[in-house]
Amino acid sequence: MIPDLSADLGFLKLKNPIIAASGTFGYGLEFTPFIDLNLLGGIAIKGLHFSPKEGNPPPRLVETPAGLINAIGLQGIGVEEFAIKVLPELRKYNTAILVNVCGTSDEEYAAVVEYLSPKKGISAFELNISCPNVKKNGLCPALSPEATYTLIKLAKKNSGLPIIAKLSPNVTDIVEIARSAQEAGADGISLVNTFLAMAVDIQTRKPKLANVLGGLSGPAIKPIALRMVYQVASQVKIPVIGMGGIMSAQDALEFLIVGARAVQVGTANLVDPDATVRIIRELEEYCQKNGIEKIEEVVGTIKIDR
Amino acid sequence: MIKDPQARISQKKSWKDYYLFSLESPQVAIEAHPGQFLMVKVSDDHPYPLLRRPLSIHGRDKKILEIFFKVAGTGTALLAQKKVGESLDILGPLGKGFRLDESLKGKKLFAVGGGRGIAPLYFLAQELRSLGASTKIFYGGQTYEHLPLRGEFEKGGINTAYSTDDGSFGFKGFVTGLLEAELRKMVPDKIYACGPEAMLEKIAQISKKRNIPAEFSLESLMGCGFGACWGCVKRIKKGEKEGWLKVCEEGPVFSADEIIWPRGEEK
Repeated sequence: MIPDLSADLGFLKLKNPIIAASGTFGYGLEFTPFIDLNLLGGIAIKGLHFSPKEGNPPPRLVETPAGLINAIGLQGIGVEEFAIKVLPELRKYNTAILVNVCGTSDEEYAAVVEYLSPKKGISAFELNISCPNVKKNGLCPALSPEATYTLIKLAKKNSGLPIIAKLSPNVTDIVEIARSAQEAGADGISLVNTFLAMAVDIQTRKPKLANVLGGLSGPAIKPIALRMVYQVASQVKIPVIGMGGIMSAQDALEFLIVGARAVQVGTANLVDPDATVRIIRELEEYCQKNGIEKIEEVVGTIKIDR
Repeated sequence: MIKDPQARISQKKSWKDYYLFSLESPQVAIEAHPGQFLMVKVSDDHPYPLLRRPLSIHGRDKKILEIFFKVAGTGTALLAQKKVGESLDILGPLGKGFRLDESLKGKKLFAVGGGRGIAPLYFLAQELRSLGASTKIFYGGQTYEHLPLRGEFEKGGINTAYSTDDGSFGFKGFVTGLLEAELRKMVPDKIYACGPEAMLEKIAQISKKRNIPAEFSLESLMGCGFGACWGCVKRIKKGEKEGWLKVCEEGPVFSADEIIWPRGEEK
């Protein structure tokens, strides 16, 4: 028996719940020497601004125990180059394309979704309202329920495609922010972006990142990310895509069990370019071993004795 | 560019903190070009160190690839413990190497390596020889003990001059001093170099003053090694366009005149 791995986000059906996470998967095509992109549930491509973005000066990375702090600063091509050069190649693959949308103002987010909405091959937008590396002190719209609401509302108005809000974990009450996103009309929620973090060189007493602060990802954040996905999934009606340090099917399943309808694999892609494909295979094995016909059967099945 | 999770260590040599591994990886070896590198997994299933380590290809002999490295931290220390017969999980060959073609036939070339920056120059010298160019290597280290590849260069019949900071072997002083002394005697058609940034910056000045083209292999901390994370960038100017370019994909080899050296406060 081949188990049914498909995942239903309501607005989008995926062949399996494994999506490559934005910022760790380039524009997707970088991985074609290593894996068949057709096997993936989806790809969240690297964050796009309206115009090309220069990014932060190096050093941009620091490795920490079981984690990675980055301050790339969203360097990348703009929507035009994406539409002309990348998208025509990417849409040849049979996988969902989520375009991660960035902006330095609400209007820029709106301009990106407006420009890209009519382009063929995009399944949904993932609104990156939570990058900690663009403004000072990690400021971003996802830190405030009001800013989240206003931005999503505007993006929805300008978009012809579903909108997923990618939220920041750097908040006191994640459920409050998630509710704001839902009220503003978000079709789904991606959770979590990176945790605001830093590292110091004790010889020079300088921060190890030129940007001083960066975003922590990798296995180190998984338990906290899982807790946040658990809290949000039980409190909102829109689907939640969970992520944070997923390295294996075991990790992915934990997120599904606490209520994520799909998951994203991030930092693992940098270590093993075939991580997504390995996790999909492991998920299939898990289903076979445990007599699970549809992976959706496990979503939200966390058992809590009270 | 492939992933080979079973690159078997067929031979291992070591000199204090320096290691030279021979790896059986036919598919990676056949594609390899001097100046390209591998991303090597250092921990098996442990989540730390998480990232692979970028290591230059030191040599190639048919199905065999060689990597040379110095133990510099947790990752390379773990790698050093691997035994002959064990396998390494590698990605490669990665990046753009030195620009080598038929036009180099009959040319006289210099290649300068500082410390562990010597790593790609053996492979380079071998390939240049097969192209019919003659290469002189300048190999510098702090002391005699920091020149572990002396024997390898001698065995390979590669013309090599040495420098040590303390004068314990060869020219006394930095390898850039040795290079300048040699340049008074002869002017090569091109200079290749790999090593600490301060060394490369000096060689960039020296070669510019004498109008000698130069190519440098840059070192950078890398997240992935194949262009996905944009973590390894350096400031590069190509024509009128200047920006942060990925060392792993656009490099690691750049023309000396393309590299914008960091200002004092950024170093």
